[in-house]
Amino acid sequence: MSAMQVTDPSLVPQPSGRTWAIIVGVIVVLLAVRGLVGNGFGKVYVTERDVVMQQVSVPPSADAPADADPRLQWAQVGAGSTPAEGAPVVRWTRVDTVPPKVFYAAELADPAQTEVRLSWTRTVGLWVAAFFTLAIFSFLYADNPAYKFAEAVVVGVSAGYWMVVGFWDTIVPKLGGALAPGLVKLWVQPSIEPVGASDQVAMWLALVLGAMLLTRLGSKGAWLSGWTLAFIIGVTAGLKLVSHIESDLLAQTAATVRSVYAEPPGTDGLAGAERFFAILWPSLANALIVIGVLCCLTYFFFSVDHKGVVGRVARTGIWYLMITFGAAFGFTVMGRIALLAARVEYLFNDWLWLIDPSGNRVVEAVAASAGLLGTLG
Amino acid sequence: MSARPFDRRWIFLMMAIAVAVPILVIGLTGRTFPETPTPAARAAFDAIEKLPAGTPILLTFDFDPASAGELQPMATSFVRHCAAKRLKMVFISLWPLGGAMADSAIRRVIESDFPNLVYGTDYVSMGFQAGNEAVMKLLLTDFARAFPSDSRGTPTGQLPVLKGISRAADFPMVIAVSAGYPGAKEWIQYVISSNLGTMEIVTGSTGVQAPQLYPYFPRQMTGILGAIKGAAEYEALVNAKLDGDSVPPAKYLEAQRRMGPQLFAHLLMVGLIIAGNVIYFRQRGAARRGATAAGGTA
Repeated sequence: MSAMQVTDPSLVPQPSGRTWAIIVGVIVVLLAVRGLVGNGFGKVYVTERDVVMQQVSVPPSADAPADADPRLQWAQVGAGSTPAEGAPVVRWTRVDTVPPKVFYAAELADPAQTEVRLSWTRTVGLWVAAFFTLAIFSFLYADNPAYKFAEAVVVGVSAGYWMVVGFWDTIVPKLGGALAPGLVKLWVQPSIEPVGASDQVAMWLALVLGAMLLTRLGSKGAWLSGWTLAFIIGVTAGLKLVSHIESDLLAQTAATVRSVYAEPPGTDGLAGAERFFAILWPSLANALIVIGVLCCLTYFFFSVDHKGVVGRVARTGIWYLMITFGAAFGFTVMGRIALLAARVEYLFNDWLWLIDPSGNRVVEAVAASAGLLGTLG
Repeated sequence: MSARPFDRRWIFLMMAIAVAVPILVIGLTGRTFPETPTPAARAAFDAIEKLPAGTPILLTFDFDPASAGELQPMATSFVRHCAAKRLKMVFISLWPLGGAMADSAIRRVIESDFPNLVYGTDYVSMGFQAGNEAVMKLLLTDFARAFPSDSRGTPTGQLPVLKGISRAADFPMVIAVSAGYPGAKEWIQYVISSNLGTMEIVTGSTGVQAPQLYPYFPRQMTGILGAIKGAAEYEALVNAKLDGDSVPPAKYLEAQRRMGPQLFAHLLMVGLIIAGNVIYFRQRGAARRGATAAGGTA
């Protein structure tokens, strides 16, 4: 095997079922040990409070027509207040997650309290999230059923989520809200307002074009979808053309055409070496930008052979491009590590309670001390 | 010359240690590395700082939980800075989950630390709107048509915070926290470039997107927070202004905490790149010497 050859994963010894069993066993033992230390880990506490909303009548605004009817809208009834007589009322319970220290403090004050309680559903959610995080990371060791399961769930949930979003945020309010506003207002979105006739015509057009796009699914009449695609491409091109010329071509060209002698504001009062360096660095930066743009453009100019002076300039352009790609790669690495750090923080902080940067469990020591004192007493 | 195949899982293990150990140490000690702001982060801070109290600003949260590890800290700092400046904050999103990210920032910052700010009067969450660039184009002419109601269903015309706002150009500044398409680049292309001189944009972006945005700085984009490093710099600036010498709450140190694992992970990568090159050149040299020796023997 060549030294230059990238190591084929298939050449790396794959773990046996026994190895996986040992790994899972070690994790379970470590979790059991962690569970016996302090107040354990991986629990979510919540508080509950009732929310009462009542329908109120809001007078029309000053600029509304004289014969405009008052608007009906929902308003929250404050704590301790009672809803108005006869007003339609809706009630529900709002559940808020609270830090464990709130639970500890409440338990210290009154061990029989029920205001702050353990939420089993949210605790299960926390553990499921931790499981999926570990399952995805487990692929780095070797492919396995847990990873495959997590991957399939991610793909399925994403697809389902996008379908739901598309239906409820686009089709229902945009299309349904324009073509059947009464129905949508009554059943789905009370705040929706009827649209004008031109918008209704536009939505009928959108409905027809959308239906034409679906003809691709059939064997006959698939050519109809071409009209919709042509419309989409035309609109996209029209939208992008003007903005790209304005923001990328013209504005970026203007930003590149700059003097290689830059005298930044504030240099008038300077003298000697201080003034020299205050002018040198911005001038150098401008010169590098101008030279870089010209060299990179030369590299992409293929009508002339890249030989002699043109070849050297193009080669300088390659160096610029490589430095740019390197910077982009560095940024990508930074981004990926930040995401990894966020997941590890989740495991250490939210799940395992190994760290507590936010002081969410700071009363734990107080609670433990109180428990110890109680035992001793 | 043959070489033993290197099990790359050792690299994964080293990277896991390089990230996990600093998180544990920083999490237990509460200490973070000092940050020196770069001109781009400083420009973002100064641009917001110079806005007078009561100025309406448009905060567009175009990201989702997949990139929250990078963008949530800068979103938190942006909201904290704006709330402390008493700017009128209008949150919107062109990503389906962006509205939830905005609501999360509102709960984390405004509701907990600025309870005197009133929803609807000092800030409002308009939620998600489908349509990508079409929404941006519509915002240029008619804000209320693009966002007919806020995320709670209150019609736009009844929100005091939006009094005097009829189109995007009525906001002197857009703060775009973006993870991709549509995001900061499209905001610059479709909204800012046609309003240069009257509107400014400050962006916070992922590491993947940042290199595409830097060419717009400073002419078309006033300031940029590039990836978690930019977030940490801006976070340090905001904390220095609002907290002085006292230690800020942990939620306002999130980006600076994540710079610890960044440092060690990057050191590991640099070390691996150097080691890889050393091995490569040594093997190439050995191969050449072997070839020369074989030629001499022949």
